[in-house]
Amino acid sequence: MDGGESDSGKRSLALIIGVGNEYRCDDGAGVEVARRIDKLNLLQVRVLAHSGEGASLLEHFHEADLVIIIDAAQSQCSPGTVHFFDADNSPIPSDFFNYSTHAFSVAEAVELARALNKLPTRLLVYGIEGTDFSAGIGLTKAVQNSVDAVVGRIMNDL
Amino acid sequence: MKENRTIKVDYLARVEGEGSLYVKIKDDKVEDVKFKIFEPPRFFEAFLRGREYKEAPDITARICGICPIAYQMGAVTAMENALDMRVNGQLRALRRLIYCGEWIESHVLHVYMLHAPDFLGYEDAIQMAKDYPDAVQRGLRLKKVGNDLMTIVGGREIHPINVRVGGFYKAPDKAKFKALTEELKWAREAAVETVKFVSTLNFPDFERDYEFVALRHPNEYPLFEGRLVSNKGLDIEIKDYEQHFAEEHAKYTNALHSVLKDRGAYFVGPLARYSLNYDRLTPLAQQAAKEAGLGKTCNNPFKSIIVRSVEVVWACEEALRIINEYEKPDKPYVEANPRAAVGCGCSEAPRGICYHRYRLDDNGIILDAKIVPPTSQNQKTIEGDLAEFVPKHLELSDEKLTWQCEQAVRNYDPCISCATHFLKLEIKRE
Repeated sequence: MDGGESDSGKRSLALIIGVGNEYRCDDGAGVEVARRIDKLNLLQVRVLAHSGEGASLLEHFHEADLVIIIDAAQSQCSPGTVHFFDADNSPIPSDFFNYSTHAFSVAEAVELARALNKLPTRLLVYGIEGTDFSAGIGLTKAVQNSVDAVVGRIMNDL
Repeated sequence: MKENRTIKVDYLARVEGEGSLYVKIKDDKVEDVKFKIFEPPRFFEAFLRGREYKEAPDITARICGICPIAYQMGAVTAMENALDMRVNGQLRALRRLIYCGEWIESHVLHVYMLHAPDFLGYEDAIQMAKDYPDAVQRGLRLKKVGNDLMTIVGGREIHPINVRVGGFYKAPDKAKFKALTEELKWAREAAVETVKFVSTLNFPDFERDYEFVALRHPNEYPLFEGRLVSNKGLDIEIKDYEQHFAEEHAKYTNALHSVLKDRGAYFVGPLARYSLNYDRLTPLAQQAAKEAGLGKTCNNPFKSIIVRSVEVVWACEEALRIINEYEKPDKPYVEANPRAAVGCGCSEAPRGICYHRYRLDDNGIILDAKIVPPTSQNQKTIEGDLAEFVPKHLELSDEKLTWQCEQAVRNYDPCISCATHFLKLEIKRE
């Protein structure tokens, strides 16, 4: 799994981007999904772990026709709830993935790409509702279960 | 008619981290200003105790996703000071190169995505991109050049993993820089265009007599070496930082306030660096500054957006110079010999000086650590700016005044995450 390099020379059919910080417990949900998919060694599928810094994230959108982003979410839903956005159909709510301390994050990256006509052919965003974002390693049980579910859904998307 | 009011912003966007601002106005005077950082402290200094000296650069890099190199450079220079090591030649040049990458990345993000929308009247860069697509795309491409430098030298663009005490784990091949050279030449021109672009913005007429504090190097624009100097007579070695600066706890914020023991609030960051080191800029950067209407010093914090852009010109030129002269070193690092010692380091993070001090035992285990990030140092100055700015603009509506207060905070590109993390703003008129 790549660690956020901007290697625009590589182009795949699909790019999976797991966003988050593994050292903030459930914030690592997206990275864990990406890691599971990476282990499957799928052909023409590139997998990336990314901090979620929006401007850098946006730079990866041209690297594949299908881009799937997975991030932890914090929206007052019950822990483990899986949120799904098809960027073609709807904007990403700007306050949805705001746990990240980054001033320019996943939602802003997607909407800025839309404003600049830089969205990939298809862009899907999964959010896994987290509950524990404190400093530390490991996902809570509910989030762990949802990681399995999201991996399965992404396999269908591919 | 005299006014009493409170202006309050519960969530200040486009800053890094979680904080709030409260301004109370009574009888046309600002009675109270509080820049509050309510993100819980993260105890990085405590994490460091008991760890090996060589772990410090990777642990401290995690303090911030925007400026990890600043922390890594502070940590490695402090450790090398403790262990009496010298890192010169191409290894030193590579350090300057990766730091140029961070400056480009961080400054361009702030200039185009976070600060320019304030001046142009947009809620955010997404709205701005609809009317200024070429400018925003220039910003994104320029920022990517910084990211690419970080990736080549640091191993990856976020939280680089290649920096170590004594140098690097692996020195990049010269060929790796080849493709980037042409893009850096484009970036140098784009940076000059950026200075022109931001120089046309409307700036509030606002200046203060700040005490600027920055590093000063005998012949370079400073990054991680030099003396700590100010425009009010400070001229000290880095090791003497704690004799002259103190950290104070304020009840309403989770970040310590830094002060100069003798004179109180001071200002770190691009304006301070520029005003104390103008003569160390390259002729092209000086020319860009001059054409943008800047003098050799700048006391208007709103014009920090121009100064950041000038520093991007400089960083692109410095990166090109280093790449042109680069030869892969035989060994990527200098060996360290652990010993009981205390070492200090200071680097110029994009937002200003970042001080580190570590005490090690015989085996190089960290006994205690002190890290003072730039945003902690600017907190009192941010409050001082608002205390002076607000009374001069009471004619503005709450909405407009709130907007300008947020803009005034963003002049400092505050990294609240570093200082401890959202900013909420409250202006109360009674």
